[in-house]
Amino acid sequence: MKLSHKQVKHIAWLARLGLDEAEVDKFSHQLSNILKNFEVLQQLDTSDVLPTTQSALLSNVFREDKASESLSKTDVLLNAPRQKEDCFEVQAILE
Amino acid sequence: MDYEVTIGLEVHAQLATESKMYCSCSTDYRDAPPNTHVCPVCLGMPGSLPVINKKAVEYTIMTAMALNSTISRYTKFDRKNYCYPDLMKGYQISQYDVPIGVGGCVNIEGDDGTRKRINLTRVHLEEDVAKLWHGEGHSLIDVNRAGIPLMEMVSEPEIGSPEDARDYLVKLRNIVRYLGVSTGNMEEGSFRCDANISVRPRGRKELSPKSELKNLNSFKAVYQALQYEAQRQAEVLEEGGKLVQETRGWLGDTGRTVVQRSKEDADDYRYFPEPDLPPLMLDEKWLDDIRSHLPELPEARRDRFMNQFGLSLYDANVLTGSKPLADYFDECLKLTDRGKAKELSNWILGDFSRLLNLDDIDIADARVRPQHLLDLLALLDNGVIGGPAAKVVLEEMFRSGQEARDIVEQKKLSQLSDEAQLLDVVTQVIANNTRAVADYKAGKQQALKFMTGQVMKATRGRANPAVVQEILAREMEGE
Repeated sequence: MKLSHKQVKHIAWLARLGLDEAEVDKFSHQLSNILKNFEVLQQLDTSDVLPTTQSALLSNVFREDKASESLSKTDVLLNAPRQKEDCFEVQAILE
Repeated sequence: MDYEVTIGLEVHAQLATESKMYCSCSTDYRDAPPNTHVCPVCLGMPGSLPVINKKAVEYTIMTAMALNSTISRYTKFDRKNYCYPDLMKGYQISQYDVPIGVGGCVNIEGDDGTRKRINLTRVHLEEDVAKLWHGEGHSLIDVNRAGIPLMEMVSEPEIGSPEDARDYLVKLRNIVRYLGVSTGNMEEGSFRCDANISVRPRGRKELSPKSELKNLNSFKAVYQALQYEAQRQAEVLEEGGKLVQETRGWLGDTGRTVVQRSKEDADDYRYFPEPDLPPLMLDEKWLDDIRSHLPELPEARRDRFMNQFGLSLYDANVLTGSKPLADYFDECLKLTDRGKAKELSNWILGDFSRLLNLDDIDIADARVRPQHLLDLLALLDNGVIGGPAAKVVLEEMFRSGQEARDIVEQKKLSQLSDEAQLLDVVTQVIANNTRAVADYKAGKQQALKFMTGQVMKATRGRANPAVVQEILAREMEGE
């Protein structure tokens, strides 16, 4: 399967990556190659195999509904590049 | 042209757990300062790991059972990726292809009692998102709300009118309240509704592109926004225009919806199984245990009120439409015999509800407890006070918290049944109303009612009307 430039641009947009035309071309080849490898894998007959979403073979790992201490506000905001009024501050995001 | 409306509702209910969905931060965020109920899991810090809140899963299973969904024996969580900073991880842990509840249905009723079945697509569990404030050139984020267990109930797109949509929503909220899994408070945002709506010419097979309506924070907003949008879409079609799939926000002040953004496709969310959370295997024993502890649900309770206590469909519906009201009624009936049911229902739905509504008080918080109400009705039934006085006493009980007997004594509201006491008043009224007396003698029964009314007035409602009629009839005959 060959990824079109349009598909690469769409994926880049979803990941909020800015690509120039040369990069779009480069990645469309690289990503297409990756997909080609999956095409090889897909030749295997897996009709009797259940999908695996976990490798640890665990299930039903719960915690009881008990509240406990949270971080201090200072610690919460420690890594924030910008903060204001005890909140994280980001660029305006309403369109 | 004639148009057909198709509505589907996505309802989100915050679950009434103590701690968040995937970490042990408190869910009590409403009056908390920003970013004080936050931990490394809420922040999506490298190395932090989510762990599933068992109670939230239980609550979702309970709801799915109450909504007649099929419970998935195997279920899991999935990552929903998107670029909006209301979740610090960059994704929401939700459920994609195997929700806890599959299918389901709710019955709604028209005023005439006709039943309509509204089918559900699914009931799943996810996490709430952070709160954002949008200022000039920047947005502020408070993460307290992020991670609160959020249950999503999705209806099939088969609701045919804004009225039915509202009725369905009311039913759904009543069910989560009966189960005790959510406060169901829309104004506070613990019960939220997004509505999909599309309009097509009646008879056409395929649906038109839908609008998804946001910011519907009351039952009224849901109803009005759907009405507006149905009208708007019909007008677009009428003018030969094309509908497009979009998200529109409801502006209550102006009564309009406006475009917010064009919708992303499910593919764009790049769902994949959450690697940090092992799947759930819901075994029969656990499910049986949950099922056996389900409380009585609104419809069953309504039917019981009708069968056990002989209430009308209307009264039973209103009583069970609010869990606290129905609880109160049940509490009363535990303390007295079922012969009093109708009278109790009349008082609770009538004067008592009026007082509660006036002061905006929940019946569970009212000073008049079931035993107090029964004491009042006993005074009424034993003829100690009359109907009009009972209303006055109830209001006084409601305001002051005093008991009925004390109020009757203090305000001298006891009923006058003593002939000797009443005779003076009756004689006076007869002397003042010679016309009516003549009418009565001429055979007009109406006149007796009028005269009784005059005596009631003269005694400020305290006279026992039955006794008054007796004396009046006798005295007027003897004139």
